Amino acid sequence: MIERAETAVPSIAQLNLDGYVGFANLPNQVYRKAVKRGFDFTLMVVGESGLGKSTLINSLFLTDLYSKDYPGPSHRIKKTVQVEQSKVLIKEGGVYLTLTIVDTPGFGDAVDNSNCWQPVIDYIDSKCEDFLNAESRVNRSSVSDSRVHCCLYFIAPSGHGLKPLDIEFMKRLHDKVNVIPLIAKADTLTPEECQLFKKQIMKEIQEHKIKIYEFPDMKDDDDNKLTRKIKEKMPLAVVGSNVVVEVNGKKVRGRQYPWGVAEVENGEHCDFTVLRNMLIRTHMQDLKDVTNNVHYENYRSKKLAAVTCNGVDITKTKGQLTKSPLAQMEEERREHVMKMKKMEAEMEQVFEMKVKEKKQKLKDSEAELERRHEQMQRNLEAQYKELEEKRRVFENEKVDWEAQQRILEQQKLDASKTMEKNKKKGKIF
Amino acid sequence: MAANEVDVFANEEKRNLELRGHVGFDSLPDQLVSKSVAQGFCFNILCVGETGIGKSTLMNTLFNTTFENEEASHYEKEVQLRPQMYSLQESNVNLKLTVVHTVGFGDQINKEESYKPILEYIDAQFEKYLEEEMKIKRSLANCHDTRIHICLYFIAPNGHSLKSLDLVTMKKLDSKVNIIPVIAKADTVSRSELDKLKIKVMSELVSNGVQIYQFPTEDEAVAEINSSMNTHLPFAVVGSVDDVKVGNKMVKARLYPWGSVQVENENHCDFVKLREMLLRVNMEDLREQTHARHYELYRRCKLEEMGFKDSDPDSQSFSLQETYEAKRKEFLVDLQRKEEEMRQMFVNKVKETEAELKEKEKELHGRFEQLKRMHQDEKKNLEEKRRELEEEMNAFNRRKVAAETLMGQALQGCSQPFKKDKDKKN
Repeated sequence: MIERAETAVPSIAQLNLDGYVGFANLPNQVYRKAVKRGFDFTLMVVGESGLGKSTLINSLFLTDLYSKDYPGPSHRIKKTVQVEQSKVLIKEGGVYLTLTIVDTPGFGDAVDNSNCWQPVIDYIDSKCEDFLNAESRVNRSSVSDSRVHCCLYFIAPSGHGLKPLDIEFMKRLHDKVNVIPLIAKADTLTPEECQLFKKQIMKEIQEHKIKIYEFPDMKDDDDNKLTRKIKEKMPLAVVGSNVVVEVNGKKVRGRQYPWGVAEVENGEHCDFTVLRNMLIRTHMQDLKDVTNNVHYENYRSKKLAAVTCNGVDITKTKGQLTKSPLAQMEEERREHVMKMKKMEAEMEQVFEMKVKEKKQKLKDSEAELERRHEQMQRNLEAQYKELEEKRRVFENEKVDWEAQQRILEQQKLDASKTMEKNKKKGKIF
Repeated sequence: MAANEVDVFANEEKRNLELRGHVGFDSLPDQLVSKSVAQGFCFNILCVGETGIGKSTLMNTLFNTTFENEEASHYEKEVQLRPQMYSLQESNVNLKLTVVHTVGFGDQINKEESYKPILEYIDAQFEKYLEEEMKIKRSLANCHDTRIHICLYFIAPNGHSLKSLDLVTMKKLDSKVNIIPVIAKADTVSRSELDKLKIKVMSELVSNGVQIYQFPTEDEAVAEINSSMNTHLPFAVVGSVDDVKVGNKMVKARLYPWGSVQVENENHCDFVKLREMLLRVNMEDLREQTHARHYELYRRCKLEEMGFKDSDPDSQSFSLQETYEAKRKEFLVDLQRKEEEMRQMFVNKVKETEAELKEKEKELHGRFEQLKRMHQDEKKNLEEKRRELEEEMNAFNRRKVAAETLMGQALQGCSQPFKKDKDKKN
């Protein structure tokens, strides 16, 4: 089931009004502005040629979108699958609608149809990309919405079930666009055959987990009954006709057979009216909203996640997706700054340590030097002292001896004097 | 097949086609409206005005209900904004209304910074929306829109013109929010004074280039009423929640000894005009203008600030992805550069310190050498002295020996004569 966005209502004070205020007129204001703006809708039709796609479009919009001058997809013979669009402006009741019909001539017509869905996917993605770029510009003007809002897939009325191509196509496109499968040329099936066919198709759709467009539950109970009726009739079996025939005096659109007229707008003949009511009259806006809120947002978040995570597995941290790519970069920047700070702190630490070591070493050397110097000083001093002592002793000795010598000298002098005297006295006999 | 090979048939040619019957898409506006109604609407009003000028009373009167609001004092240090959210319902329309009052506006002595909290609040709401819009996984449909759709600026009725605070504030706010100036407590001004005041106010706004909100005149349904209302600006309003009996009806009025001022009487004041314009006729346009003009302006400025451009000098427009990728590359390069810078700084630091330490080492070495030399010198000195001493001692010894030898000889000589004598005697 396609997830729809639920409106969250914050809990706030509920107050009662005591009288006329006037904002009940707001819806009317919205209405007027919407009409003034005009509407646009892009419808894609896909199916093999000859299934009545152009006829159905003409019948739906009661206009000659496809005519001799603008032939439908089956009349444009293409060698390869192309995707082509035609834009028309139609007006009804004061409301302008710019309708873009996108068709795929050549779809499923080749012998080898592998990848015939790729041009379709590329087209849808390119429209989403255009919208994304337009809404992400710095200078935005009112963005015109050219995204594909609905894809009508035509199933050939074989009566037996879906073809492999049908399944493959729907599987690949169900999460990119609203897919509404239709049984084409339903006037080739009897009601019972049609019922069985529908059941079979729905069974296969469920088996392959294909998410076709779901009708939302309406607030109104009557509308809800209608919605449930529509759901029971899926996929819708349609018949289209460009021709008006007369039945019981009434002019109706239909297909004239020898056995009767298959009326397009007769609910018992086919589900055309259901389709028209649903597609145009009641759910056109919802188709646009689902395209905008679900399919486009999927595309956008995938695109932006790719940019941010640079190819990293997105499913890893869901938390990353709740930020914008810029916030993501901011966070990475902050992380990096923290990492750098840590690194810086570490390097600082190592640096400081080494410096301390070296300084310590120097200090030690210096101390050592001091110590040795002291020692040597002391040594020298000791030696000096010793020398001093020695000299002192020597000096003393010298002085003593000299003193002694002087005494001796004196004695000698005295002695020689005495001898002289004695000699003189005549110790000589 | 690549997307650029898509063949577009009759691409830009938009044909006008005639419809041959009733298709039914004229219900599209109804579909849109019923969805909007189911979702509910949001409306955010900012009331700017001095304390006691009647903001809360006017809100109560306008919405015919009682919003909780305590009376503000005159002594707030700075202007504060108090938002309050309410849920209202009228017939089938649910409205989430946020009323923001400026508390303390005009009370400070220095009012130069008064407008700043208001500006910041408005910007913060824009920022919130912008952030949501830029998220990877976003839910714009659910997000409660808090952007201010309308700013009611209350002008004091006394005085003959706008105060300079009014002009300054409105000038700062006019590019950020839709402003509707109202003259408050209009029942204190006489009719002629009121007319003069209105003219003066409008001419002052025009001459100062203040852009107030103009009621739109493009839609024919409302062009007439809007353009006539534009001439009645600023609205002179009176607010009251008290019911007074006038005639045989109970009406909202202010009772004076000389009569009652009826709020909803167009002869007495412009309250009904304000209510019409604000709520009944132009509410959606106010919301649209806020989103399409004011918010876009904010967003554009913010994105340009962050360095986003729409096209590079070669006038090739960037896709969003390219822009983000470019930014990311820039960002990574920047981070790398910062890392390099830091490393480089460290390398330099290390070199410096190494050089320093080497210097010190050399110094120490030098000192060591010096000391060594000193020691050598001292030692030499000592050796010298020692040698000297030795020499002296040797010299002395020689003298001593010489003297003794002489003495010995002398003694012998002396003793010989003695001996002769002795011998003679003998």
